[in-house]
Amino acid sequence: MNAPPTGSLARHGGPGGAPPSAAAARGLMRRLRRAKEPEQGLAPRGGPLWATLAWGLTLMFFAPVAWMVLTSLHTEADAATNPPSPLASLTLNGYRELFRRGVEPYLINSAMASLVSTALVLALAIPAAYALSIKPVEKWTDVMFFFLSTKFLPAIAALLPVYLIVKKIGLLDNIWALIILYTAMNLPIAIWMMRSFLAEVPREILEAAEVDGAGLLRVLTLIVWPISMPGVAATALICFIFSWNEFMLAVNLTGVRAGTAPVFLVGFITSEGLFLAQLCAAATLLSLPVLLAGWAAQDKLVRGLSLGAVK
Amino acid sequence: MNLKAQSRRLAVTAAFGMASVLALTSCAGAGGGSSSDGGASGASGGGGGAQSINVLMVGNPQMTDIQKITAETFTKDTGITVNYTVLPENELRDKVTQDVANQGGQYDVATVGMYEIPIWAKNGWLHELDSYAKADANYDYADVLPSIVKGLSGEDGKAYGLPFYGESSFLMYRKDIFAEKGLTMPERPTWTQVADFAAKLDGAKPGMKGICLRGLPGWGEVFAPLTTVVNTMGGTWFTQDWKAQVNSPEFTKAVNFYVDLVKAHGEPGAGQAGFTECLNAMSQEKVAMWYDATSAAGSLEDAAVSKVAGKVGYAYAPVEATKASGWLWAWAWAMPKTTKKADAAAKFILWSTSKDYEKLVGEKLGWPRVPSGKRASTYAIPEYKAAAAAFGDITLKSIEEVDPANPGVQPRPTVGIQFVTIPEFADLGTKVSQDISAAISGSGTVEQALANGQKLAEEVAKKYQK
Repeated sequence: MNAPPTGSLARHGGPGGAPPSAAAARGLMRRLRRAKEPEQGLAPRGGPLWATLAWGLTLMFFAPVAWMVLTSLHTEADAATNPPSPLASLTLNGYRELFRRGVEPYLINSAMASLVSTALVLALAIPAAYALSIKPVEKWTDVMFFFLSTKFLPAIAALLPVYLIVKKIGLLDNIWALIILYTAMNLPIAIWMMRSFLAEVPREILEAAEVDGAGLLRVLTLIVWPISMPGVAATALICFIFSWNEFMLAVNLTGVRAGTAPVFLVGFITSEGLFLAQLCAAATLLSLPVLLAGWAAQDKLVRGLSLGAVK
Repeated sequence: MNLKAQSRRLAVTAAFGMASVLALTSCAGAGGGSSSDGGASGASGGGGGAQSINVLMVGNPQMTDIQKITAETFTKDTGITVNYTVLPENELRDKVTQDVANQGGQYDVATVGMYEIPIWAKNGWLHELDSYAKADANYDYADVLPSIVKGLSGEDGKAYGLPFYGESSFLMYRKDIFAEKGLTMPERPTWTQVADFAAKLDGAKPGMKGICLRGLPGWGEVFAPLTTVVNTMGGTWFTQDWKAQVNSPEFTKAVNFYVDLVKAHGEPGAGQAGFTECLNAMSQEKVAMWYDATSAAGSLEDAAVSKVAGKVGYAYAPVEATKASGWLWAWAWAMPKTTKKADAAAKFILWSTSKDYEKLVGEKLGWPRVPSGKRASTYAIPEYKAAAAAFGDITLKSIEEVDPANPGVQPRPTVGIQFVTIPEFADLGTKVSQDISAAISGSGTVEQALANGQKLAEEVAKKYQK
């Protein structure tokens, strides 16, 4: 938002329409270079103090996760001791119990809800972002604000009307209700992210391609797509994580058939009896898909994040 | 001019692109949809049966047990497939309320506690079960313990829930530690005696505390045992004509006693301790006594998870001014009025609360795991008697002798021991319990907590005063 897209914006006479200055172009080139060779643009490496601090913080963030995994491998009795007993013998019983209780349909529902909604979000957000950055429509800042404004109301405040509408159209306990809601929920975020990624596509390259006679399709497939690919990956991952973890809508709008994994997860919480190990096993299993998606997209993500909104 | 042409081409390309992406995703979606539907409906195995019912329940151990054995027994015999959905208590309550209020009809059976059965029955949300229970001679409804039947009835006297398992509360203590210290636990101790024992047993073993008492906020957490202490010390939430009594001298005395006892000789971190934490503390030899649900005994005597199996003695709930002071609770199966499969649902409910089901669990999963505390006949089964030798009799007697209509020294406005049977109580009890839990953790005082509680209780009482 802060840096208005140069070049094309000026041509369309949009807000802040100053002519593309040489300084802006130079700044852009510098940023591009930095993205390609990250080490050169950065400050000199920090000393051992910073290294210790970074490692300390990393371990601090990782410790609860490690604890969860460790607990998931203990027996219920060992998991609940006070003080904790990290060296207790390991077992896979917690995981066996998960499959005995039938986690599979819930995983399928979750996968379906998150993957389909993410695909829909991308299909809608990329063209919208294109129309807001590379070829901005008139009053594009107002459009952006409108998208953002849909996130102002806390979702829980809209729960009752949403429930009634979903019931009225007969989509209660239907995974498509969640797909539609997750798409709507993630769309504004995706548009904002994609806009800032697409705004980073250097106008000079687009202009050069046009001068060389490349049609729109060629420009899109050969220039815009490869450059914005990391941004798309980052956006997709965020949308996937949000819809995979969503609980409130899932627990209220599903019942017997369309329950998602987080709804299955809380079923282990009981007021009588021990459940920590099983709950941790379920939580570990459910965080795996997100973790794997993150790993698979890791290199793209790092580039995406350093190129995009988060600089 | 060139610009216009370009933007038109852009629009066409974008539209085409979007359409193709949508087409792709919708294909993938439809495939995924059908497979997920198929998978989910067969969640508990089987499937393909002519009839299926949906059961919503909490995840207590007895409920996970029934989930394990339904397919190979009930479904095999009747052809009715049972799909279980497990949710924690609060979410379950919301779901059933939603489903019934909106005529959703998603669930045919749900686990409902003794607190809600009369309230929901009054709201007209539940299907009566009297006719089903009495029509089946084999079911032997007369065998179900009277206090439980009373607690699960509506105002019209009909049963709106059939008990899956029931419980009262009693005092569990370490026989071996008592012997070492030369102490004897009376069969019916008083709270004064218990406090005295707690002081003497504190530190009997390295790291061992005198007693474990719940301190976790929640009307069904700290206030379950605490309200029984209030009852027996002469206090009450409300008088019969709905005068709030939360800051009365008796209520204050009881809460002060409880908080002081747990602060001085209770488990560490008592403000966050509930049933689970105390079960752990007791079975890991961290405390010498524990006052809680009778259903805890089965876990304590299970050598696989407990280090104290065989070393625990059981005494009646401690008293002061009353003769008995145990609580009364049951998890029951209820049928939301919106069900479209009442007969199949009733079949399931009758099966799961029958004598045969208890036998089935005993033989398949072990006798200590039988969902007990609801039928007199359970305590006559030789195998169960052997498995529950230490606590069976006292459990049965505790449940039999408590009086939900008259649990304290004064008449009450509603029927119920550790709760007031009005919808507002869950919220009221939980709010007051938060301040008391804080007092146990060392911030705030009991007097302040009860002064706030009195204001809240007066608000609630206004609605019922005539």
